[in-house]
Amino acid sequence: MRKLCLCSLRFFREVQKVESKILNQSRAPIYEALQMFREMRVVPFDVPGHKRGRGNPELTAFLGEQCVSIDVNSMKPLDNLCHPVSVIREAEELAAEAFGAAHAFLMVGGTTSAVQSMILSVCKRGDKIILPRNVHRSVINALVLCGAIPVYVNPEVDVKLGISLGMKREQVAKAIAAHPDAVAVLVNNPTYYGICSDLKAIVGMAHRAGMYCLADEAHGTHFYFGENMPVSAMAAGADMAAVSMHKSGGSLTQSSLLLTGPDINSGYVRQIINLTQTTSGSYLLMSSLDISRRNLALKGRQVFKRVVEMANYAREEINAVGGYYAFGRELINGDSIFDFDSTKLSVHTRDIGLAGIEVYDLLRDEYDIQIEFGDIGNILAYLSIGDRMQELERLVSALAEIRRRYQKDSYGLLSQEYLAPEVVISPQQAFYANKKSVPLKDSIGCVCSEFIMCYPPGIPILAPGERVTGEIIQYIEYAKAKGCSMTGPEDPEIENINVLA
Amino acid sequence: MELWFSEFHAPDVKHSIRVNRHLYSKKSSYQQIDVFDTPEFGRVLALDGNVLLTERDEFIYDEMITHVPMSVHPDIRDVLVIGAGDGGVVRELVRYKTIEKIDLVEMDPDVIDVCRVYLPENAREMDNERVHIYYDNALRFLRRCHANYDLIIVDTTDPFGPLEGYFTREFYGVCYNALRDDGIMVNQQGSPFYKHDADAMRRSHHRIVSTFPISRVYQAHIPTYAAGYWLFGFASKKYHPIDDFRADRWEALGLTTNYYTTRLHIGSFYLPAFLERMLKEVE
Repeated sequence: MRKLCLCSLRFFREVQKVESKILNQSRAPIYEALQMFREMRVVPFDVPGHKRGRGNPELTAFLGEQCVSIDVNSMKPLDNLCHPVSVIREAEELAAEAFGAAHAFLMVGGTTSAVQSMILSVCKRGDKIILPRNVHRSVINALVLCGAIPVYVNPEVDVKLGISLGMKREQVAKAIAAHPDAVAVLVNNPTYYGICSDLKAIVGMAHRAGMYCLADEAHGTHFYFGENMPVSAMAAGADMAAVSMHKSGGSLTQSSLLLTGPDINSGYVRQIINLTQTTSGSYLLMSSLDISRRNLALKGRQVFKRVVEMANYAREEINAVGGYYAFGRELINGDSIFDFDSTKLSVHTRDIGLAGIEVYDLLRDEYDIQIEFGDIGNILAYLSIGDRMQELERLVSALAEIRRRYQKDSYGLLSQEYLAPEVVISPQQAFYANKKSVPLKDSIGCVCSEFIMCYPPGIPILAPGERVTGEIIQYIEYAKAKGCSMTGPEDPEIENINVLA
Repeated sequence: MELWFSEFHAPDVKHSIRVNRHLYSKKSSYQQIDVFDTPEFGRVLALDGNVLLTERDEFIYDEMITHVPMSVHPDIRDVLVIGAGDGGVVRELVRYKTIEKIDLVEMDPDVIDVCRVYLPENAREMDNERVHIYYDNALRFLRRCHANYDLIIVDTTDPFGPLEGYFTREFYGVCYNALRDDGIMVNQQGSPFYKHDADAMRRSHHRIVSTFPISRVYQAHIPTYAAGYWLFGFASKKYHPIDDFRADRWEALGLTTNYYTTRLHIGSFYLPAFLERMLKEVE
């Protein structure tokens, strides 16, 4: 019986290989192999030790037998994420085709690991990389790892909304001219708020200067599938992109994709990924990527059409409530807001006298509604593949109620301003330097050796190697007082901060 | 052949009704709608497999959710009814000549259509000239209202289905905002008996208490609902359901009822000890 099973398994793999010559987006090779594997009832004398859940009945009862029974280890019939040759490779080829990339890597360490692998693939110690300051912490973490030096392009700021926008073409050109030795330009496509820079133009400028163009597409998976969306990194000709499939794409948390263009050596990228990625890639995560990619390729267009319709409806309704400003494509200005992602439902709250974080807390504490984040002046509700109209009606009504019950005079509310950083030394030097802990208020003028950020959105207020200023301290104190979750420093209370000794 | 319709009243409790014929079955845009003909309860309307009403006992629900507020507030002219697509509540309301306008907001047009055909006794006043039907989400409809109504009757299915949003703080808030300064909201408040229902009832009671200055709970015995024991919420900006109750005034109207009486009105607000404690915990 066992022999027969192995024979049929081998046969099954051969069939898959033949079929996969012609890519078919309705296939999901990892998912299919796992189903096949389950049917074969192979006896496990390998890891994981829970052995299809039998060894951990409470976990099995909680997550379900279906789920734990495919929590298995790499093996020939299921391929190996570190060196894919069969079903994982086919899944990657299908993903590459679906996203218009030369190669796609399945990632199981979150988009953080995709962003870091992307940067480590093109930057070495001492290399310069041009990037906007409103990047995710994972970008600067990558610089700590590899020792590259950030050249910040100050993003434009919308003074009314208090949010950082995209990079202006002229500013990118200036940075490139001032740092012709930089190796890459990194672009947020889009920002957390859905704002896009002129990616095609920036790709062109970078390539003409002999630099790579990298895109953080943590919030842009749907650009590859929806209609009338901002341009995706691969379509714009970017060299690499980190895509959070688990955000708008519907896969499980922590699963992600790294895409590469034609001029990137995919073998080298694989080596970089394997420096830090687990050798026990989770099949729950990989199958979720495989199934989600299939779903997006086959149905993405209708799905995101509906998401856009819902977001547009919610914007109209929220703006009709009064006091709030749910912003949209009217912001587009051809440069620092080159395009806007209509699926993002961001709402400016300052005019009702409440900080975004206060509205965020009220929605959860009073109305049992959890949104993505609130910052000083805005909230963001994340709409996706899984939303329904009846919940949107709740969100809009709850906002109307918050206005009726809690509206205040907006006098005295801090407007979120862009705090231009002064980079004194590289993030890596600062991170590993001798340091001392000082009270926050006494740190003005010192060089910070750690991160301070509100999470979410996880965009650093201070990054390692930057000068602490009075304005920055005031901002941190204000965000803490309003109830933002602050993360980054060693001191969890954020009373003290590590600075260079 | 034996044909039975069964409904879970709790995970380990089932309530079954013998069925003569399955008259209607359709999956609408919102829910599964079924009508059965049964020997004991007459026609039964079920939404997503849960009994919404039966011909035999609907009078209890429709009378108790209508006449209690109508006998407290002396001057109800504009009424908003949410859900209640079968028409039973509307049928009771139109008996009051002083009511000038009854707006009915129902999400699912199919429910109204089905009831017109299969439950004509309930739906008989749906074409009354004072009744205006709006097919809309009630949260959306209410957001556009401010001090427009004297009475809002919230007649919905349970808080676990598509109408979960009608048991939330934001919903009670927009109702409050849509009522005049002496307005009343009455809602079906579920059952306090089985744990699942009791937890939901406490949650919604807590939300109503924190929205309206006056909030009381009253009860009725309804055989086909979970545990046969049902609660209603009386929430009000000004009138107390007993202190401001005017029995003589209501008696003078000469309305004939099958469940509601002015003595029962007062009695229905007297609750068993376990329920009093349960409510107190969240007040």
